[in-house]
Amino acid sequence: MNNDTLKISNVSYSGGNSTVIAARDLVKTFDDFEAVRGVSFSVNRGECFGLLGPNGAGKTSIVKMIYGFSPVTSGELQIFGMDVAGGARQIKARIGVVPQEDNLDPELSVKENLIIYAGYFRLKKDEARKRAAEILEFMELSDKADTEVSKLSGGLKRRLTMGRALINSPDLIILDEPTTGLDPYARHLLWQRLRRLRDSGTTMLLTTHYLEEASQLCDRLVILHRGKILEEGAPQELIDLHVGQEVMEVGVREEWRETILEIAGNLIKDYHVLGDNLLLFTNKGKELAEQVPLKAAARNVPLLYSRLRPSNLEDVFLKLTGETLEGKGCNRFEQD
Amino acid sequence: MNRIRNLLKGLFTVPDISWPLVGRVFYRNFRVFRKTWKTNIMFHFIEPVLYLWAMGFGLGVYVSDVHGLSYIQFLAPGLVASSTMFAVSYEMTYDSFTRMNYHKTFHAMVATPVSMDDVVMGEIIFGTFKGLLYGGVFFSVTLLFGLVKSPFALLLPVPLILLALTFSVLSLIWTSVAPNYDSFGYFFTLFISPMFLFSGIFFPIESLPQGVRYVAWLTPLFHAVEVVRPLILGRLTTTMLVHLGVLTVFALLPLRIPLAMVKNRLIN
Repeated sequence: MNNDTLKISNVSYSGGNSTVIAARDLVKTFDDFEAVRGVSFSVNRGECFGLLGPNGAGKTSIVKMIYGFSPVTSGELQIFGMDVAGGARQIKARIGVVPQEDNLDPELSVKENLIIYAGYFRLKKDEARKRAAEILEFMELSDKADTEVSKLSGGLKRRLTMGRALINSPDLIILDEPTTGLDPYARHLLWQRLRRLRDSGTTMLLTTHYLEEASQLCDRLVILHRGKILEEGAPQELIDLHVGQEVMEVGVREEWRETILEIAGNLIKDYHVLGDNLLLFTNKGKELAEQVPLKAAARNVPLLYSRLRPSNLEDVFLKLTGETLEGKGCNRFEQD
Repeated sequence: MNRIRNLLKGLFTVPDISWPLVGRVFYRNFRVFRKTWKTNIMFHFIEPVLYLWAMGFGLGVYVSDVHGLSYIQFLAPGLVASSTMFAVSYEMTYDSFTRMNYHKTFHAMVATPVSMDDVVMGEIIFGTFKGLLYGGVFFSVTLLFGLVKSPFALLLPVPLILLALTFSVLSLIWTSVAPNYDSFGYFFTLFISPMFLFSGIFFPIESLPQGVRYVAWLTPLFHAVEVVRPLILGRLTTTMLVHLGVLTVFALLPLRIPLAMVKNRLIN
C-alpha cells in the first residue's frame, strides 16, 4: 500500500458551515492567574492554523479547552458548530489529539495501543485492525508493530502518538507542541507527515514555539503573548508587514547606536535592540548591507560584526513583544 | 476548606456515564493486566499458602478452639476477605496513581469520546474485578487445604464484590488527593492494616475491650468477614443479612465521591 493513501475523512459539516473552530473572547482563569485573556480566532475547514508563542503564552490552555480537558471560564468556544461544554462527546469523536506529553500505554505493544485507542471511539474490532495497519504504514511503524511501547525511542513514541490521533479519521487534528524535545531528524519526519495530512485537506490546529515549524506548516497563525493575541495572518504576510524581507544584524556599542540608525535612515522599516545587537528590518537589504559598513567606517564607528539574513517569524515576535520565542527578554527589567 | 469544596464540586449531579465506554476503559486495564497475570497470580497463590501454614498450623497449635473451630478453620475464611481487600487497595492506589499521574492514561482516554466519569467508573470496576479474582485465588487455596465445608461458598462472589467495590471507591478517594506515592504509606498504615488486624479475621471481636469492640462495626472488612466465614463453613444465620446490608451501604453510598474528586483534580 502506498503511504500517500491514508484516508482522513472530509465529510461535509452540517449546515455547510466551513468554520471548524470559532473562539470569541475566550478567557481561562486559574485561581488568580489569567492564562488566556480574551482571545478570538476562527479556523476554517482544510487549513492548518497555528498558535505561536513562547511557553506560558496560553497555547496549551486554549487547546485543552478545545478538547474538553479544561472548562471555559468565559467567552464562546464552538467546534463544528457545537458548544464545547454541551457537545463534548460528539466533538471529541471527531477530533484527534496529539498532546504535549506522551500518554501511550507503555505496557502494550504499538499495535495494541492503536487498537485499544480505537475502542474508545467504538470502532469495530476488524475496522480497528485495518485502520491500525494503515496508520502503522503511514507513520512507518509497521516493523515495530509488536514492540512494547516502553522500549521505543522518544521519536518513535511521538510518531505513534501522532498515528494514534488519526485512528478515528478525525475532521480536526489538534497538535500541542508536537515536536518539542525531538532531534532534528525525528522532527523533520513528523513535519513531512503533517504536510501530507495538510495537503490531503485535514484541518489542523498546531501550537508551537518553533518558528520554523509554524512557517513550514501553518497557512495562518496567531501570535500569542501572555494570554493575548498580538497578531494574526499568514506567516509571510506577517513578516512582510512587520519586519520586511531581510534583517541586518549589526553588533555595535550603545553609544554608536544612534549614529548607525542615522546612517540607515529610510532604508529600514524599523529596528530593534537585542543586547549588543541592533536589528535593522528592511526591504532594501542589499543597499543597506553596502551602505552601513561604508558610512560607519567613514564616521569612525567601530562595528563588532554585521550580517544580512532573511527575516523570519522570530523577528516579528521579537519586534512585537521585545522577547524571543524561547522566552528570553532583551530588556532585563521587563523579564521579571 | 475551599480546596475540599472544589474537590467535591458536582457531587450531587448525575455523572456523565456511557456504559459501553466504561467497558472499554475496563478492557484497557484488563489487557495490560493480561501481560503480567501469570507472575501476579503466582504471588497471590504462594502468599496464602505461607499464611495458612504459618498461622494455621504454626500458631494454631497453641489455640485449641475458636467458637468450636480449629484455628486454621477460623482463620482461612477471613483471609479470603482480606486478600480481596489488599488486592483492590494496591490496584486502586499505586497502580491508579501511576495511570493518573505518570502514564497519563486518564488524559489520553479523556481526549476521546470517553468522559472522566467513564474512566473512573472503569477503574472502579477493574479494581472490583481484581479483588474478586484474588479473593478467588485465596479461596481455591482454602479449598485445596480442605477447609471449605459448604456449597454455600458458591455465593462468595456476593460479599466479595461488595467488599471489593467498597475498597475500590475508598482507595480511589485517597488516590484522588494523594500528592505522591509516599502518601499511600499512611493509607495502608492508618486504614488498611488496622482493619486487617481488628476485623475478626485473627480473633473474634468479642475479645476486644468493650469500648473498642463496636469500632469494628464501622469497618467494611468486618462485615465482609462475618458473611464470608458462615458461607464457607455452612453456618448460615439471619444476622448475615444485616452484615450484607451494611456492606451494601458501604459499597454504594460513597460511589459518587471518587467520580467527582478525580474529575475535579484533573480537569481544571
